[in-house]
Amino acid sequence: MDNEVLVRVENISKKFCRNLKKSLWYGLKDIGREIFNRANGDVRLRPEEFWALKDVSFELKRGECLGLIGPNGAGKSTLLKLLNGLIKPDQGRICIRGRIGALIELGAGFNPILSGRENIYINAAVLGIKKRDIENRLEEIIEFSELREFIDMPVQSYSSGMKVRIGFAIATAMNPDILLLDEILAVGDIRFRTKCYQRIGEIIKNAAVVYVAHDMNQISRICNRLLLLHKGDTVHYGEVKEGIQKYHHLYHREKMNSKTPPQGGLKVFDKNLSIHSVNLIPSSIKSGQKVKVQIDYSAKKNIEIGSLHCNFKTSSQLLAAAYISNMSGDEYGFKKGSHQITIQLGKLNLTTDKYIFSCAAFDETQKIFLFSAFDYANFDVIGNFFTTGIIEMGDKPNLENE
Amino acid sequence: MTDQQPLSEAIYTPESQLKHPGRLINNMWNDLKASRGLAWRFFVRDISARYRQTFLGYLWAFIPPVFTTLIFVFLTGKKLLNIDDTGIPYPVYVMLGTILWYVFFEGVNSPIKIISGSKPMLTKINFPRESLIIAALGEVIFNFIVRVLLIILILIWFKVPISTMIFLAPLGVLSLMLLGLMFGLLLTPLALLYRDIEKGLPIILQIWFFLTPVIYPVPESGAGAILNYVNPVTPVLNTCREMLTTGVITRPGLFVLISSLTLILLVLGWVLYRLAMPHLIARIGA
Repeated sequence: MDNEVLVRVENISKKFCRNLKKSLWYGLKDIGREIFNRANGDVRLRPEEFWALKDVSFELKRGECLGLIGPNGAGKSTLLKLLNGLIKPDQGRICIRGRIGALIELGAGFNPILSGRENIYINAAVLGIKKRDIENRLEEIIEFSELREFIDMPVQSYSSGMKVRIGFAIATAMNPDILLLDEILAVGDIRFRTKCYQRIGEIIKNAAVVYVAHDMNQISRICNRLLLLHKGDTVHYGEVKEGIQKYHHLYHREKMNSKTPPQGGLKVFDKNLSIHSVNLIPSSIKSGQKVKVQIDYSAKKNIEIGSLHCNFKTSSQLLAAAYISNMSGDEYGFKKGSHQITIQLGKLNLTTDKYIFSCAAFDETQKIFLFSAFDYANFDVIGNFFTTGIIEMGDKPNLENE
Repeated sequence: MTDQQPLSEAIYTPESQLKHPGRLINNMWNDLKASRGLAWRFFVRDISARYRQTFLGYLWAFIPPVFTTLIFVFLTGKKLLNIDDTGIPYPVYVMLGTILWYVFFEGVNSPIKIISGSKPMLTKINFPRESLIIAALGEVIFNFIVRVLLIILILIWFKVPISTMIFLAPLGVLSLMLLGLMFGLLLTPLALLYRDIEKGLPIILQIWFFLTPVIYPVPESGAGAILNYVNPVTPVLNTCREMLTTGVITRPGLFVLISSLTLILLVLGWVLYRLAMPHLIARIGA
């Protein structure tokens, strides 16, 4: 019983089309082929088409959890849709045994005018929960969602977090043999999220799970195998730790290649000042390295700086490190003419990832900007150890780096 | 885990589902059975949500046919419109015609409406797709049943003699519903891909309304007669109206023929809908 294979995916591929008009037309043609009983397994790409998924295979038994990772556009969602039987593969074969449950988009199909209770009935029925089971589980669902006092209010008055709660409570009320989990718990407070992870953990024990996430902590905790996709291709299938390392390398390379322009911009507020450049040196940082910031400017007269701010955020906008000159007792000023200010900062003990650099200066009142450079530049940090989180803390070396 | 029944197995491959007709029919049958409870939920959802944000509520079921009748009774009364003898009082003729036309009209529209409206669910959750069609049919039936009250009132008011044929009328109305549903279902895959259907359909149905003997009897000769002859709605709608009033069915053979064709095409439309769905989701899925 424990060794039964519930999901078997053999060399599946799926094409998508970049152009909407063409895509619709191909869709019509594909339907035509389906009707006239011709196979759709054409290996050639039509104009504007690309492989959203190419030659992917894996197997999953009850009690196993496969982590599905990869940068955006890697084909993760496409794979979930194929597994769920929503779309057909263009090549290959998928065999699914047992009842499938998908925690993909919670609350899809909620009717805003109807009450939470009415929507529970509908959503549960859509997910294939039988009528008597819904009756039995209704209390449990309301209890889990912690929304008893709101349950008879129309769903349009719910916050997005409340909708997710109720969606999660319904979706996990069925005990599926196969569970497809997409990163759904980004919303909601930490306490409720913990409760959800607990529930997922219970389901996983008796199911085969495919788990899509960007949170490597969760992945390394829950999964016992990893499938790393990149532009539809399998980069790694197997061991979890190795997969996460490959993911970081891939992610890193991707970022280097993409040369993302700074999202923010440089804005100068003082009419006597012009800023030529703000540079973070070095531009690619080895974790633990000391960094500095150089500001090239010209000023028509001497300008006093009340405070200089530098901060470093993660790609999810979390503040990782910050420097405020007057707090550190450092004093700076713009001198008449063309000069350079160099700010010596300390060591950035960040983990391997992409970070965002911002910089700004205030006048002596501390309220008026002299210049601002918010989200000015993206930079990469290469870590020394295999770890997750923001800060590198241990000096326990990674075996592979030794 | 409680029930030890063997696990269901699903296989997805690129080949056409028509390669395995046995499996297809089996799946269709199973999904149809699995659809009942869900269709009921959708039906209740749509009915209860439809009038909740209105002031007049269920009165909206009566307002369109009543006003259409009033307009045409007014136009013919003022001699702005010349209508041949209808055999029964003109207001009865128009009112029944309009209510029956709505049966067909809603039959065409409701599957398209409900299925397009369920796009977010269709692209994310795998549930028996048949439930949407059944819910659409349920809605048409519900709307008609509400309007039966109107039919009874007008028949009594104008003291229209009825015959025993009236017991066959539900069958006639069902045939009209399925005729509409069949057109709607055949159009649904196309309507999901191209918005043109959504834009063009109201215009086509408007023209169709005037080509069908809703407000005037079938002309004896000329272009109108030919158009009425090729229009499949004409014999079905007329038969329904005759069943409800005089009881003299003028073209029973044609009614039976069209009803049988409707059933066949309806099943084909269902197969088409099933075959097309994964392709539609691949193209429209967000």
